[in-house]
Amino acid sequence: MSVVKLSNVDIAITRGGIKIVEKISFEIASGQILGLVGESGSGKTTVSMSLLGHTRKGAVIESGSITIDGHEIVDASDNELRSLRGGTIAYVPQDPGTALNPGLRISKQILESLEKHQPDVDHEVHMARVREILTEVALPSDEDFLKRYPHQLSGGQQQRVAIAIAFACRPKVIVCDEPTTGLDVTTQSKVLATIRALCREHGVAALYVSHDLAVVSELADNVAVMYAGRIVESGNRDEIFFNSIHPYTRRLIRALPDIAGKNQILGISGYAPMPWDRPTGCAFAPRCADAQSICSQSVPEITRISGTHNVNCHRHKDSTKIVATARVERDVVSSSTQALLGIDGLNGFYGSRQVLFDTNIHIQPGECVALVGESGSGKTTLSRCIGGLHDDYEGQISYFGNALGKHALERKKEERRDIQYIFQSPYASINPRRPIGATISRQLELFYGMKGSAAEARIKELLDLVSLPHAIVTSFPDQLSGGERQRVAIARALAAEPKLLVCDEITSALDVSVQASVIETLKNLQESTSVALLFVTHNLALTRSIANRVAVMRKGTIVEYGGLDEVFNSPKAEYTNRLLQHTPTLK
Amino acid sequence: MLFVFGRILAGIPIIIALTVLVFMATQALPGDAAVSYLANTATPERLAAIREQLNLDDPLWVQYFSWASDALRLDFGMTLTGETSVSAILGERIQNTLILMASSGIIAIPLSIVIGTYAAVRRGKIFDNVSSLVTLVLAALPEFVVAIFVVFLLATNVFQIFPAISFVEPGTLAWADPMSLVLPSLTLILAVTPYVSRIMRGSMIEVMESEYIQMARLKGLSERTVIMRHALPNAIAPTIQVIALQLAWLAGGVVVVEAVFAYPGIGTVMIDSVKARDLPIVQAITLMIAALYVILNILADIGTILSTPRLRTKYARKNDTSDVFAAMDGDQ
Amino acid sequence: MQKKMQKKMKPKSQFRTLIGLTFKQGYARLGGAIVLGILFIAIFGPLFAPYTFDEFVDAPNAPRSDTLMLGADYFGRDVYSRFLSGGRSIIGLSFISTVLGVGLGLLIGLFAASAKKRTDGLIMRVNDILLAFPQIVFVLLVVSGFGTSVFLIAITVGFTHAPRTARIIRAAAAEVMERDFIKAAIAVGEKRQRIIISELLPNVTSPLLVEFGLRMTYSIGLVAAVSFLGLGLQPPAADWGLMINENRGSLTVQPWGVLAPIAAIALFTIGVNFITDSFAKVAIGIDRKGKE
Repeated sequence: MSVVKLSNVDIAITRGGIKIVEKISFEIASGQILGLVGESGSGKTTVSMSLLGHTRKGAVIESGSITIDGHEIVDASDNELRSLRGGTIAYVPQDPGTALNPGLRISKQILESLEKHQPDVDHEVHMARVREILTEVALPSDEDFLKRYPHQLSGGQQQRVAIAIAFACRPKVIVCDEPTTGLDVTTQSKVLATIRALCREHGVAALYVSHDLAVVSELADNVAVMYAGRIVESGNRDEIFFNSIHPYTRRLIRALPDIAGKNQILGISGYAPMPWDRPTGCAFAPRCADAQSICSQSVPEITRISGTHNVNCHRHKDSTKIVATARVERDVVSSSTQALLGIDGLNGFYGSRQVLFDTNIHIQPGECVALVGESGSGKTTLSRCIGGLHDDYEGQISYFGNALGKHALERKKEERRDIQYIFQSPYASINPRRPIGATISRQLELFYGMKGSAAEARIKELLDLVSLPHAIVTSFPDQLSGGERQRVAIARALAAEPKLLVCDEITSALDVSVQASVIETLKNLQESTSVALLFVTHNLALTRSIANRVAVMRKGTIVEYGGLDEVFNSPKAEYTNRLLQHTPTLK
Repeated sequence: MLFVFGRILAGIPIIIALTVLVFMATQALPGDAAVSYLANTATPERLAAIREQLNLDDPLWVQYFSWASDALRLDFGMTLTGETSVSAILGERIQNTLILMASSGIIAIPLSIVIGTYAAVRRGKIFDNVSSLVTLVLAALPEFVVAIFVVFLLATNVFQIFPAISFVEPGTLAWADPMSLVLPSLTLILAVTPYVSRIMRGSMIEVMESEYIQMARLKGLSERTVIMRHALPNAIAPTIQVIALQLAWLAGGVVVVEAVFAYPGIGTVMIDSVKARDLPIVQAITLMIAALYVILNILADIGTILSTPRLRTKYARKNDTSDVFAAMDGDQ
Repeated sequence: MQKKMQKKMKPKSQFRTLIGLTFKQGYARLGGAIVLGILFIAIFGPLFAPYTFDEFVDAPNAPRSDTLMLGADYFGRDVYSRFLSGGRSIIGLSFISTVLGVGLGLLIGLFAASAKKRTDGLIMRVNDILLAFPQIVFVLLVVSGFGTSVFLIAITVGFTHAPRTARIIRAAAAEVMERDFIKAAIAVGEKRQRIIISELLPNVTSPLLVEFGLRMTYSIGLVAAVSFLGLGLQPPAADWGLMINENRGSLTVQPWGVLAPIAAIALFTIGVNFITDSFAKVAIGIDRKGKE
């Protein structure tokens, strides 16, 4: 019997009636986990919050029915909702750093749910339960810990506290909204194990929302894939991951970095539309290789493929199978030639704190070295040292054998031109008050004194290189999507005709499908211009798709450095092994 | 609690810097204070006497040190009329001004917190719209304009309820005649409340939109608990600085408001002394008002730290006093 | 909806969109109309004055009549004519002091935000000390040392604005300095001057304009207050602040000498505040969207 049942739920913006999500139906049984997968703008968070009867300001559940443990949520009174929330159905937030109250001790934050939903129980019994649930989520439960405030905990601990709050009143249903987003892979896998164990043990039905297919594949019993406000495909885990039918699901799986390295990742061109930009017909049609005229005319109906497997596609019978592209072997560029960039014995500091320890990396012309590490490993500091943005270090960085100045301003103009840095967030790295054309042309003027029509022609070439339309030159950054902005940042760097691109986590702010197509663009660039890349990332699997060599960094030290296959197949460091094990993957 | 002493110590160099500024803005600049004070009545003897009193014949730094070292001991010397000491004139007046500021602050601050909080909770509803408009209008008005409206409305033309002039018997304090306090206090309340309530509203809205408030609601807590336990404490902390600033600002507003109502505080003395160009009094009052600002800021700083767990635990551990000027951080 | 419209529009600079959106709001329009009206009176008023501002036309405090629209003042001069002539000085001086103060504050703020940490800290510490003087108190202090002079007052009022504006601008600019596009400019070797002018400045225009509006209302209040206290313009000049002071004694018998100038000052400051507030709301909305 299903504890959660949604049928034909529509949620719309009150003003204008634009639908955020449409015709959402699914069920979850006790002890089962449903993974709800989608990229930004798909409406997955909207759906997940509706289970708690919560809608964003200015949005409303227009029609349909949501029942939780037999209670109808749509049209329930505030009082009914309050008695269900936290008691029968609980919520695990995405970012516990902002979702825990900074002004209350963690014991109080767990306790208040118990006090609200079990008002007749003694304080001592409640406190015993607080200690018990803390133990269950593998946190200490001593007095000192209970008295802490959220800021005194690590990110992983904060997330465990949030999980403890959710499970405190022994709910029947929990809703998890990407609860491992900010966590390192090792912490992530532990938190996921905790959630899985609690759900199984206590027979809790869970809705697990995520953009990360790999995480969902490790956790969920059933999966629903959302695109532009609709569920496009749903089924049990194996049906979705190994026998998917909808072109979007298939392409999404193909865009996923694969740690086993069997496949080259493949991006989806374009980006997911926001609710007010959705096309008529099938919303995926503009990005779909299989689209026919019918696809842009009418919205496909739900088609049942098997008892559990449903798909929303006009062409579910005859969509082309995507042929798996075998991974191109990438050899290690021989080190006999003089290194383009040499990092020798580098020790980096933040004031009195040392963050980099005796780092050595050599990059050959035309090769891609991936620098992998979790947050706080020092990888960004190292890349900033190379870019001339962090000058608090000892040791040497040399460019074709010549020592580089520490700060960008201490370097020669040619050196600044030849080493270009691309930042993590395309939302912050482009001046929002300047049109795109001016952003790129400034680079041409600065390094080549190029102006006027010559510059215009060059800008068009550069835009072609990064697959952006020419018309974009008059746009301002806020009119572009994240992927487009990152392409602009790449074009700006390329305008300098660099020898080395330092790419600092440049895809981490992007959707998986967009990430894959940016990676494709980078790969093509590397082949056509033979620019060398230092590709900095936290995602070990991603390096499979681009790197010749991989350096793994931990706590400021490079623990592993070698050719791609060497690192993946016979890692020397125990830490690399651990990363390989904990990185979620489709199995 | 070491940081408390750190914050207080940090105030000392600032007060010293203030004496330099006050001195520079008056005595150190070109022009002869003695000549301008005496204007047409200058005789060589009187000029010499005034010059002697202000040490005008000494080098600048000697003038400064003799003035500042006395000032820091709260000895502001004799007035230029030469009849009384500055301290004797100010004694009672300071008390009256503090009474006025206190009576305004005690009403204005809780009132602002209530208005700001309620407007934020009822965001977009009638109370919010009306209070936003009223505070926007009031915030625009210079305090003397408010004062004259108040007089026009409640003292002279429309109603004649309260006295337009605050007459306080010399030798008694303003307590003695509460009626005389009503209009000046009302003016200051009308001047301060809009600012603090707008800041409070903004702070509260920011908190109400935060994820931990959404989380509290999703725990099923009642709206009352959400607001009183989760939102309000987090919204008030950042407002403390603004409240301190407004209290200090009251000291500036008080000068003009006292002038309108002829209220016997330091404001009226200040205006009279500026007109008479009696420098020692003006310097003394300016320095005291500026010092009050510094003191309120230090108190606000301590208040903010104590009411914010993140800061409290940080200081409990480190007792960070390295930055002697840190007390001035984060006002406004 | 709005986003969709913007996409279809020809790309415009964010700044022009901002101004456009501001004046789509009712309060901003009302404020704009009021400000234009008062400015018109202040600038062209003297042309319409039936008498000169210092002419004796009737008995002191004579009531309103056919010839004297607003009666006579405490000295027997025409209130209406003095009202029409009395706006130039206060609005002109306020404008000068606002431009001076906000300009100086902008320079200090941008310089500090783009300077080395130590220089920045030092400038802002000194700046903070200047904040300890309430503006009116500092103006009075200077007047007591130098005597009354309208230009001294304009300059001093401007000077007292500067540290307050500097604080706001520095805070905004320091936040911009932390963003990656500034680092990108540093990495390619842009000069500091260019970074300030073409990267930093365009990104602090919103707080700058808000600050200008706020400072304008404060300037009016301060300049008027100084005249009102009898330390600004001296008789027989026609000036709204001075008029209020002169006719305050006869408020009960002839209120127009006080009400006309005080209403003009109140309306002007309210009008400016309406525009500023609407602009600030729009700017916050747009900036938030940009950060998503």
